[in-house]
Amino acid sequence: MMQGNQACAEGAVAAGCRFFAGYPITPSSEIAEYLSIMLPRIGGRFIQMEDEIAAMGATIGASLTGVKAMTATSGPGFSLKQENIGYASMAEVPCVVVNVMRGGPSTGTPTLPAQMDVQQARWGSHGDRGVIALTAKSAQETFQQTIRAFNLAERYMTPVILLLDEITGHTTEKVVIPERSTLEIVDRAAPDEPPGEYLPYRLTDDCIPRLAPFGTGYRYNVTGLVHNETGFPTNDSRDIACLIERLTKKIEMHEDDIVQWNEVMLDDAEVGIFAYGSVARSANAAVRLCREAGLRAGLLEPTVLWPFPTKAVLEMARRVKVIVVPELNLGQMAREVSLAAQCSVPVRRLGRVDGNPITPQQIVDLVGEVL
Amino acid sequence: MFDYLKYVREENFPHIWCSGCGDGIVLKALLRAVDKLGIDRDEAVMVSGIGCSSRTPGYVDVNTLHTTHGRALAFATGVKSAKPHLTVIVVTGDGDATAIGGNHFIHAARRNIDLTVLLYNNYIYGMTGGQCSPTTPRGARASTAPFGNLEPPFNISGLAIAAGASFVARGDVYNAKKLETLILKALQKKGFSLVEVVTPCPTAYGRRNRMANPVKMMEHLRDTAVSMEKWESMSGEERAGKFRTGVLCDVERPEYTEEYARLVEEVRTDR
Amino acid sequence: MAGQQSAPKEPAVITVNVAWCKGCEICVAFCPRNVLEMEGGKVKVARPEDCIKCMLCELRCPDFAITVE
Repeated sequence: MMQGNQACAEGAVAAGCRFFAGYPITPSSEIAEYLSIMLPRIGGRFIQMEDEIAAMGATIGASLTGVKAMTATSGPGFSLKQENIGYASMAEVPCVVVNVMRGGPSTGTPTLPAQMDVQQARWGSHGDRGVIALTAKSAQETFQQTIRAFNLAERYMTPVILLLDEITGHTTEKVVIPERSTLEIVDRAAPDEPPGEYLPYRLTDDCIPRLAPFGTGYRYNVTGLVHNETGFPTNDSRDIACLIERLTKKIEMHEDDIVQWNEVMLDDAEVGIFAYGSVARSANAAVRLCREAGLRAGLLEPTVLWPFPTKAVLEMARRVKVIVVPELNLGQMAREVSLAAQCSVPVRRLGRVDGNPITPQQIVDLVGEVL
Repeated sequence: MFDYLKYVREENFPHIWCSGCGDGIVLKALLRAVDKLGIDRDEAVMVSGIGCSSRTPGYVDVNTLHTTHGRALAFATGVKSAKPHLTVIVVTGDGDATAIGGNHFIHAARRNIDLTVLLYNNYIYGMTGGQCSPTTPRGARASTAPFGNLEPPFNISGLAIAAGASFVARGDVYNAKKLETLILKALQKKGFSLVEVVTPCPTAYGRRNRMANPVKMMEHLRDTAVSMEKWESMSGEERAGKFRTGVLCDVERPEYTEEYARLVEEVRTDR
Repeated sequence: MAGQQSAPKEPAVITVNVAWCKGCEICVAFCPRNVLEMEGGKVKVARPEDCIKCMLCELRCPDFAITVE
């Protein structure tokens, strides 16, 4: 039995995380607290920084030495971290950023759940870039998704955001921790060439750079300025376009490997529910209740929000008569669903922003209403 | 003759700094100190933020990390915490370190983490065109203080000492040999060490303050930089408009990464 | 001071990297023996025989453009 936030800490350590920098913020602080106990015990490093910005910076700095690194926060802290998240995207430094979402804007509702940061996760930092953001609906999934976040970060050399919410973070429930040997763990690729021939941002077919850890004999430059293959700043328009396009392409071309979702009784569904995070728990219950009441509802439950599961949504849109999107915001993902569905079916949103969870019955009622 | 080319990335020269900018003089003093200490280039990391000073690492053939504005110390803290055996040198400026990065500056000093910080103090935001900074003297003109700066300046070294830095020195680029000695001592110190370097910006500061000529700015440094010994013998009146250079603070305090290593030894359960 | 000290026996070899010199004149202004001059916005070694190898020009050149051997 453990809290979602503890499952996150356990997942991080299982993934090989050996550095955590954080700053206290509700409802994510338990992640830092657990790691402050766990990391020194295994020779890892925990540091509480002076602010959210510093925590993000320290996480990137640690990762550049080859150590798997993570930070965790919530809404206001996520806002503060955005500039350095963009830096990690630009310099292609793998790291994991957990956002245990609470209500916003501003200080909002620190102790209550929300899903108001899902678009911020995609577009929060200035500039064009591909983004990977995962989500989880339970402590068990949080454990697994934290590992996956590290694996994707290391594979694609990018920050990966894990969007939990106050319900997932603070619900204590059963978690089965598998044998370490059964877990798939990915480590970043080492350079293919010796230091003399090394280009840190060499153009490769998979668009993924091989950054050598600092201190291993590869002396190169890392910058948030637009840079060429050497890592040094450039104003050459071809180099600029090449880098910025690659930062998006790097994620887009690997979408099939990154994007994942679960489907529940979608085959014969007339109503497709699109739900993620803690709301997916209510949606699973709602599908059962609908079926008991003779309503043919099914569920598409993405576990990756960015890149957006466009193909899965379009596929669902072709099968159902209407899509409903319950979420703890006023339609942030419903917009994406509408776009992905290409106006082929109506998309009804159910947004709850009063600090309470969406109940299964609310979803059932909406399904009944639209059918 | 000192062989600077041994340590620089020659392909990036000539550097971007303006004619008469002191930043190159600081870099040279640093390279001489690094050479004297025999620091392994593979084990050295230079971290900077944003601004003219922060372009320094790009010219040095070590592991270099050019970060976001004000955040060099945060990134450097991550590097040093993760791999304490690395020599981590932070290059920053008056605006980068004491305005936007002020919080990281005082906390890195308080934490007493083993970083060597070179803070180029030129009293101005040079790269963005001469806006006033936290060290612009009262009355001096800047592009955002066209009628003269109303605000009192920070005493950067005093700030670091108050925050708990274990080594604080102030040098200047006129006295380049002495500067090298101060940087050398800072690199040798285990703990947070700061060298505040007073350095001219003829383009953005000098031009607006009747010192557009680089030579004039160097003469001004010659006439206003005062050694610690001399400073002690001067009256308050004589000290006006001048600043003292030398080691301002050198104390022994527990260093953060060593303390952390000790904690790990105490609580470790994985062996 | 200038003139009282005799120049060392080994003559100094002063090298200027003209491509890197930005013509700030710091080396010229603070040379104790007036060895250097400005020419076309760059430093020129006018009187190398007077050099006493004090190294001040090399120490203070911000541009890595002057060396004394």
